[in-house]
Amino acid sequence: MADEIFAIELKGITKTFGSVVANDNIHLTVKHGEILALLGENGSGKTTLMNMLSGIYHPDGGSITVRGNEVFINSPKDAFALGIGMIHQHFKLVDVLSASENIVMGTRAQKRQGKAALSAEITEISRKFGLQIDPGKKIYNMSVSEKQTVEILKVLYRGADILILDEPTAVLTPQETEKLFSILRRMKAEGCAVIIITHKLNEVLAISDRVTILRKGKSVGTVATVETDAKKLTELMVGRPVELLIDRPDTSKAPSLLEVVHLTVKNEEGYDALRDVAFDLAGGEILGVAGVAGSGQKELCEAIAGLAKIEKGAILFNKESIAGKTPAEIIKSGISMSFIPEDRLGMGLVASMDITHNMLLKSYKTGKPFILDRKPARALAEHLVKRLAINTPDIGTPVRQLSGGNVQKVLLGREIESNPSLLITAYPVRGLDINSSYTIYDLLNEQKRKGVGILFIGEDLDVLLELCDRIMVLCHGEVTGIVEAKKATKEQIGLMMAGERQRGEVGNSA
Amino acid sequence: MTNVINFIVAAVLSGTPLLFATTGEILTQRSGNLNLGVEGMIWLGAFAGFYTAYKTENPVLAVLAAFGLAAFGALIYAFLTVTMKANQNVTGLTLTTFGIGLSLVMGYAMIDSAGGAPKVSSELRASLAPADIPFLSDIPYVGKLLFQYNPLVYLGIAVAALSAVYLYRTRTGLNVRAVGENPSSADAAGINVTAAKYINILIGGGICGIGGAYMSLVTANGSWQPAGIVNGNGWIAVALVIFVSWNPAKAILGSFIFGAFNSLTNYIPASVVEIPKAFYQMLPFVLTTVVLIITSIRKSRENSQPAGCGINYFREER
Amino acid sequence: MPEHTITTKNAAREQAVRIVKRKELNTWKAVLLRAAAFVLALAAGGIFILMMGSNPLEAYAIIVKGAFVGSVRNPLSSIQATVIIAVPLLIVSLGLAFAFKMKFWNIGAEGQMIAGAIFASYFALRHSGMPHVLLLLTMFAAGAAGGGLWGLIPALFKVRFGTNETLFTLMLNYIALYFIKYLESGPWQGTKGFASIAQFDLNARLPNIGGIHAGWIVALMLVVLTYLYLNHSKHGYEISVVGESQATARYAGMNVRRIILRTMFISGAVCGIAGMIQVSGIDYTLSMGITGGVGFKGITVAWLAQLNPFVIAGITGIFSILEKGSGVLQSELGINAAMTGVLEGIILFFFLGCEFFIRYSFVFRKRRAKSS
Repeated sequence: MADEIFAIELKGITKTFGSVVANDNIHLTVKHGEILALLGENGSGKTTLMNMLSGIYHPDGGSITVRGNEVFINSPKDAFALGIGMIHQHFKLVDVLSASENIVMGTRAQKRQGKAALSAEITEISRKFGLQIDPGKKIYNMSVSEKQTVEILKVLYRGADILILDEPTAVLTPQETEKLFSILRRMKAEGCAVIIITHKLNEVLAISDRVTILRKGKSVGTVATVETDAKKLTELMVGRPVELLIDRPDTSKAPSLLEVVHLTVKNEEGYDALRDVAFDLAGGEILGVAGVAGSGQKELCEAIAGLAKIEKGAILFNKESIAGKTPAEIIKSGISMSFIPEDRLGMGLVASMDITHNMLLKSYKTGKPFILDRKPARALAEHLVKRLAINTPDIGTPVRQLSGGNVQKVLLGREIESNPSLLITAYPVRGLDINSSYTIYDLLNEQKRKGVGILFIGEDLDVLLELCDRIMVLCHGEVTGIVEAKKATKEQIGLMMAGERQRGEVGNSA
Repeated sequence: MTNVINFIVAAVLSGTPLLFATTGEILTQRSGNLNLGVEGMIWLGAFAGFYTAYKTENPVLAVLAAFGLAAFGALIYAFLTVTMKANQNVTGLTLTTFGIGLSLVMGYAMIDSAGGAPKVSSELRASLAPADIPFLSDIPYVGKLLFQYNPLVYLGIAVAALSAVYLYRTRTGLNVRAVGENPSSADAAGINVTAAKYINILIGGGICGIGGAYMSLVTANGSWQPAGIVNGNGWIAVALVIFVSWNPAKAILGSFIFGAFNSLTNYIPASVVEIPKAFYQMLPFVLTTVVLIITSIRKSRENSQPAGCGINYFREER
Repeated sequence: MPEHTITTKNAAREQAVRIVKRKELNTWKAVLLRAAAFVLALAAGGIFILMMGSNPLEAYAIIVKGAFVGSVRNPLSSIQATVIIAVPLLIVSLGLAFAFKMKFWNIGAEGQMIAGAIFASYFALRHSGMPHVLLLLTMFAAGAAGGGLWGLIPALFKVRFGTNETLFTLMLNYIALYFIKYLESGPWQGTKGFASIAQFDLNARLPNIGGIHAGWIVALMLVVLTYLYLNHSKHGYEISVVGESQATARYAGMNVRRIILRTMFISGAVCGIAGMIQVSGIDYTLSMGITGGVGFKGITVAWLAQLNPFVIAGITGIFSILEKGSGVLQSELGINAAMTGVLEGIILFFFLGCEFFIRYSFVFRKRRAKSS
């Protein structure tokens, strides 16, 4: 129908953070009784968009229409009043309280409803949608899947019939994912409108009715799921292959710089972030690591740098095991790690200090005892600012004020200066403009020519395909394939990122 | 036997002001704010309670005034930490300095205008005398143990009991506990974090003030000599909050135990055991430290300080 | 139904004003804001003085005069008294700067100062026969050791079990305090029948330099040493990094545990030195009142000064002037000395509020065009 009333209609939504345009003139609709998938890579703006529906952010432009009425959602409370319930990627639960306490907190108490009656009501709702819950169990005793169930019940209890789930399967096993999907189908049958944010193609195809694809803050299109397939979606999600003309020098390789076998690492919540990972890296080679965010890249970096505990398996550097070594020892032996997290300032840099003091982070122990010698660090800082064209108002400016990719330049610059033999760099060009990105590629190639082995974790498949010698793909903590970059295609990698396994991994001895 | 009963009665009387202060601070901390200004709020309550009793001879007004002035001090703290997001420790300590100073200055002004040491009228003191409930108070032994306390003791127990019911059995109390543990989760659930904090900080502070009124009217027997009486009890209360694991119901027994330490030296015959008085006074803090260590070793979440204490919540835009 | 109808039932108005974290504020603007806060505080304090029946300008003048202008016989007496008040506060605030820089919330300066005083007093009372200089040096070292130990204990538990340091250090204050009481009535009892400790032998007292006990030299030296340690030493750098993020510190290969323990020892040791100076330079004995609340005051001073040793010295000066000067208010204007507490409180409240304006700014609702 031409004037069918949508559950949600977003028109021209725009949101900017400083100089970054997170959402650019986005249009989106969802109907009651349908499941819409919101698909896109990291940084495409999916979560930002949905946070405006849940009242956490406010749009800078455009309008939100709920059930035919234009609304302003100022807070989570407003969202609830409108019947919108969001289940966040990072759960908003209170650990010390029980499931039912978390579900009812913030709502009006029903007169004369005791604890038993409340439990009965919650159990009733869960049964209606096929959920399983123990109302009296404390959150800190729960598994991730159980916690997610509590989050879902929280919004259902408040009468939400428009549900938004942000990467719900990121933390679930395949079986738990199936269970979640059957719950979503029940909700759809009950007339709810469901939006599921995801990067996983196979899930999009399995559960959704329509798909809206976002790329770099813009909406690239909406298709009906029955009319599309993985290949078409990948293309929409990552865009056409772009010729980047990145240099790929041919160098002689020094094999077995780094050998990783059967590596298993647990994450903070206690389950496997990496499972049985095996690969090798030669000196003078760039090995790219592709994968959706949260596939274990962070844990891989941390394990090699000595910051994460190795549950099973071994990491050999120059034939010597690094298990049990302290980070200081690992740095000394020539392994250098630079990891750019999503918020850019995190582990590798001290946000409140300037570039000079951040240069000191790895090198401060050298020189005279006791006295902190800032001179070499300052000289290095000035050198890097010039060489990498780092845009900073003053050499003494705290790095948290640096815009965009300048932070990456500082970080990578520092790591390279320590003359490592193995360089691990994660998302070094995140948010950088073209010129700066090329500067980084040149830097990396320079190191490659020197014989340094580089582990390059990245998001942009075009870059990986052109810069790296080989590409390893991680999915859900496992290696789904290692291919030669010259011969691989973007679709191939996209499929591996979604979980399809590649037969015949490419190693260095081949 | 009478000795034992007298001892228990002394413990209860000594512990009642602690009970008020502890209950008040529990409410404040449960909402996620550590208010180190307890001592200051007690002083404020002590003055307001005394002055009102002195001028109006109305015990109810005195208690209300004590509540009010202490709540005013708590309001300053709340405004600075919740709205202006100032450092909770520094703000609380400043409140202590301010509260003590203000109370003393106004106290001296009162002495000046009274032309000497003011004393609360005997009628008012009588209204706060040990109760004489017909029949109940006359029961041998039990009567003295349970039914011969002044009205403020019963008020204190009632306030603590009500606070426990409030925190653990009402929806509002649940919301407050959520705010204190994890304000961002509470916010996402639609709870008004700011309101919850303000309300609990103010009411908690006011209750601390009633403890102060008790001290100036009952403990000091209606004469104004705060320095010797309040005497650091605010800090004992802060310890007591930890000792009873932030539970107002446990605070009832806990404050009487801590009150007992004060009176212990008078009741343990020297022939049995010779322990210096100083160690009795040290005991509350030693015991609290032990509890603190044990709960952190066992990572006992339910008995730990609400996780949001010390952090000022701000719903961040990226 | 017409498009874009805003029904009052389901729609909410967009907020008129929102609070947003500032990126960074120009140093001069920050200084101006703080100066404005100070002036407003003085005005508010003045209103209160007015309500108590005195002329605020007169009162402030008396305070300043009282801190600086001495008696006819000894014109320096007031300044000396002000300095004597300032020394322990300055040292304790410096000691706290070490811990706070590491974001270790040391509320136990009182206890660390007392512990230092106790250790130092041991030598003063039991070994007063030692050569003068040696005795003083030993007391100094003992004071540092005692305070350092008292600061180390909560750090050990924090590092090993995650025990809350705010609450632990707070409790240790009172344990130390009542230990003095035990000593007074027990092993160190001075005169039989009186619960007090004997006065120190002349040999155990700090010499006077420039009319004041030598502690002021120690204090000034500590200002410089603290500055150098925190800003120009490798240890100081480590402290800053650990304070910002323990994860980053580990990433850089730092031994976070060792840094925390070492720094808390130093923090306690400096406070312990303040205790030693208090007993051997001012009180000449050990008693329950030796700290005078300096341990708590130092927390506020250190925080206000944003841990800068020179600013700490400045703020200590201001508070000492206030305290000394207020003592004169009683005799001249009939205002009780307790007014210090009120004025200090008001000044601090205003400064605390002022921080908000430095860290946050307001965003006003923009007039938005209706979407097409």
